[in-house]
Amino acid sequence: MNKVLEIVKVGIADMNLVKTPNLIRTSGLGSCVGVVLYDLSAGIAGLAHVMLPDSSLAKGSAFNSAKFADTAIKELVSRMLAIGAKPTCLKAKLAGGAQMFQFSTGSDLMRIGPRNVEAVKKELAFLKISISAEDVGGNSGRTIEFDPKTGKLLIRTVNKGERII
Amino acid sequence: MIYLNKNISSLHLDILKEIGNIGAGHAATALSTLLNKKIDMTVPDVRVVSFDEMMDMAGGSDNVVAGVFLRIEGDAPGSMFFVLPLKQAENFIRALPGSIVFNALETPYNELALSALQELGNILSGSYLSSLSDFTNLSLFPSVPMLNIDMAGAIIGTGLLEVSQASDFAIVIDTALNEEGQSGDSVNGHFFLLPDPDSFQIIFKSLGVQVHE
Repeated sequence: MNKVLEIVKVGIADMNLVKTPNLIRTSGLGSCVGVVLYDLSAGIAGLAHVMLPDSSLAKGSAFNSAKFADTAIKELVSRMLAIGAKPTCLKAKLAGGAQMFQFSTGSDLMRIGPRNVEAVKKELAFLKISISAEDVGGNSGRTIEFDPKTGKLLIRTVNKGERII
Repeated sequence: MIYLNKNISSLHLDILKEIGNIGAGHAATALSTLLNKKIDMTVPDVRVVSFDEMMDMAGGSDNVVAGVFLRIEGDAPGSMFFVLPLKQAENFIRALPGSIVFNALETPYNELALSALQELGNILSGSYLSSLSDFTNLSLFPSVPMLNIDMAGAIIGTGLLEVSQASDFAIVIDTALNEEGQSGDSVNGHFFLLPDPDSFQIIFKSLGVQVHE
């Protein structure tokens, strides 16, 4: 008997963890970045749907750590280690960071996609986690699904079909 | 800041509803003139929603929509969306006089069709905003509207950026426009008005309503 696969869904500014054989998915990534961290040998993966580059942008004291690149990645790593991932085995895959609308006179917020990607990479470099694949930038929305067993990330777009990285 | 409080008073909600009512009323008139058809609008829905709930209002973050997005600049900045399901976007383009056949599900999209949709968003949001501006006596200017056909999550995410810096909830003023008497293949669009967090106080003040701390 095959066990029914479960797909863990991650909302916007949210994060979650998954273990084999289940999959993890987040949909409608625009300027947001989907950060997948995984440990193949342990069969554990985590996904964060990051909205903004830096927690210093937060107005107000209480905030959701999954929203910002810097805090989300730290939190995701510590949660993964807590369920048995090994720090040295962690790798990352990224998708998202598109620019959905081209504004000529936009504020800085309008080019948030590239800034999100930059911030995620900086944080990963700081934590010495290597990026094994990425599909970032452009101007299309993405839905992504990760399989912690194979380490493959399925990326679906509206206009350009599907690809696997 | 009242914005951070999930329990905003019913008086404030009523005011925001009235804003949606007036704005969308004018937009419905504009759409009706443009298509030469009767257009109905729903009673505005004002809700304090999480970001995920906001996506659900547009049919789920995976749902492909045509979205016109513009920033409101001036006294009370904010973001505004006019979101049309793909099918409805197609219907609209077909309804235009002398229109070409447009299949929105086929890429690359027809440039003329896209331009027509963008103009639709421009006219509707322009009439929404100018009535809002008259009502509140605030000066509000729309940026040039931008159109994109993509997943609702990706499109609406852009408008949530301002709000997301301050909280995990957005106050959305939602009004739907429908072609009268038809539910299946009517032009059925949603307006989402998302004032920036600091703009609520400005809007309430302009209408002479006390903002309690």
